Amino acid sequence: MSSDIAPGIVAVAVVAIATLAIGTWALRFSRTTSDFFVASRTVRPGLNASAISGEYLSAASFLGVAGLVLTFGADMLWYPIGWTAGYLMLLVFVAAPLRRSGAYTLPDFAEARLGPGVRSVCSVLVVAIGWLYLLPQFQGAGITLRAAIDAPEWVGPVIVGVVVLVNAASGGMRSITFVQAFQYWLKLTALLVPAAVLLLVWAGDGAPGAGGSDGAWSMPLADGGGEGLYTTYSLIIATFLGTMGLPHVVVRFYTNPDGGAARRTTLTVLALLGAFYLLPPVYGALGRVYGDELVATGRTDVLVLELPRIMVPGLGGELLAGVVTAGAFAAFLSTSSGLAIAVAGVLTQDVTARPWSGRRLDGITAWRLGAVIAVSAPLLVALALPNVGVARAVGLAFAVAASTFCPLLVLGIWWHGLTDAGAVAGLLAGGIGSGSAVVWVLADGSGDGLGPLLLSQPAAWSVPLGFLTMVGVSLLTASRVPAHTRRFMVRLHTPETVTLDRGPM
Amino acid sequence: MSEDRPQRVRVTGPPRRQGPRPRTGDIDEETRLGGVYLGSLLREQLWLGLRVGALLALGVGSLPLLFHLVPELSDVAILGMPLAWLLLGIVVYPVLVLLGWRYVREAERNERDFVELLEEVER
Repeated sequence: MSSDIAPGIVAVAVVAIATLAIGTWALRFSRTTSDFFVASRTVRPGLNASAISGEYLSAASFLGVAGLVLTFGADMLWYPIGWTAGYLMLLVFVAAPLRRSGAYTLPDFAEARLGPGVRSVCSVLVVAIGWLYLLPQFQGAGITLRAAIDAPEWVGPVIVGVVVLVNAASGGMRSITFVQAFQYWLKLTALLVPAAVLLLVWAGDGAPGAGGSDGAWSMPLADGGGEGLYTTYSLIIATFLGTMGLPHVVVRFYTNPDGGAARRTTLTVLALLGAFYLLPPVYGALGRVYGDELVATGRTDVLVLELPRIMVPGLGGELLAGVVTAGAFAAFLSTSSGLAIAVAGVLTQDVTARPWSGRRLDGITAWRLGAVIAVSAPLLVALALPNVGVARAVGLAFAVAASTFCPLLVLGIWWHGLTDAGAVAGLLAGGIGSGSAVVWVLADGSGDGLGPLLLSQPAAWSVPLGFLTMVGVSLLTASRVPAHTRRFMVRLHTPETVTLDRGPM
Repeated sequence: MSEDRPQRVRVTGPPRRQGPRPRTGDIDEETRLGGVYLGSLLREQLWLGLRVGALLALGVGSLPLLFHLVPELSDVAILGMPLAWLLLGIVVYPVLVLLGWRYVREAERNERDFVELLEEVER
């Protein structure tokens, strides 16, 4: 096996070194605390959109979708559709107002809109969602390195953790922006080039169909019936509405110069994501023809990594495998970096930069301590817990975000009547509802019947629960509507070109 | 020429025609009229967002139900590709971008209209 693993080792090393090198090069531009947090708000829409897409396309997109399509067929195409459509919902309901609010994190937004009482609940939720999303990234890195270079499973998480930590702690947001823009194009190329070669090989083989019957496989909802319909719609709700509540997505919007730029950035992101998601189903479909062995052994998560070796024997296959390994590694690094930055931002503001027993850390030291905590906690859990399944854990993070922050953002931006009591009640209801599903899936996660069905895909009931609680309690506590609500609405919705009193920033 | 002639002083009364108050003032002072201006922008933008959301739900969100109710659709193939794969794997993405592009254009137009409304009287 020793000659097989050389391209994989080279690929991982090149990506890790390039990431650190770009981060260090960009560090020359990072001079102030503002650079660390928000790249001083001077990122152009094109670069910013590449960075957002690079950060967003995680292990679940790069590896998970192809594997799911191979195993479960056409229904799984809803994952990439939902992850893209989530940005359309974000564009339509949240993008420009959120940027204009001047909030850096979700807790900042909640505090500015509703007062300090909402902040701590939001902070806890951001850290919880961020860690839930980081966990599968670290575990996926372990699976990838084992498949690519036969490394023990702890090596991947540790490498990813260290690279992310070095970049985040040293360069902050400014250098991460360049790194992630680079990683979007790396990921696209690493999936596009091998896919083109593999399609040529497939056509050269006479374009064979899948062995055995593939009727049920290529049909959506072939055997699910009513349950399948519930699962699909719950997935659609979670992904369409969850994107706007993901902590690493929201932080990115603050780096836009104004609300209009935030919209144009999001539109570019839609196009970039759409282009990328055309590719994973190609691997899934080719895997159906050539990858029977992977289905039989249940190793479908490594389909993208193994398919080039299966279809192209010899050096060519090894080189292509090296290319996709590089892309997969970039996927872990970029998403983990974005999440680490977001969680570190909240930890810095709410924990490490607070005065402790009279002493107070300076800005950049507090930021670095926050980054260490943000990375090491989920890293330790990833090393200690068995695998949950990359796409499944990511799906749960989306469900929690859709049940908590989606109602908070949509109602906070569009409805005058939201109160702090209503927001807290809705966040708790949606968070506890979807959170109980997370605990159930992580602890056991099997069984038949209505209960397990509702718990395995909670969004269809937990999102309405969050919305209704938030609206209901707000109506009951209508006297608590903040006095500055109308001024805040002026800030959220009026274009920056008009001179208006937008309240204190 | 005597040099101690007093400086010429321009005598003016209070302006007879009060210039129109800028409409931004109505919003800043939270008058009822300002509320109407802001409310119209908010309603336009929310209505636009809901329309895009409804188009997404009808165009894309209805597909699982459609395939559930009309199973024969799964057998349809276009150019050798099953219809479901064509729709869910390819067609959906340009549709999403198109919806987003239309939204950005309309939202920016709503904002331009709002700016013009406020400036109309300021001139």
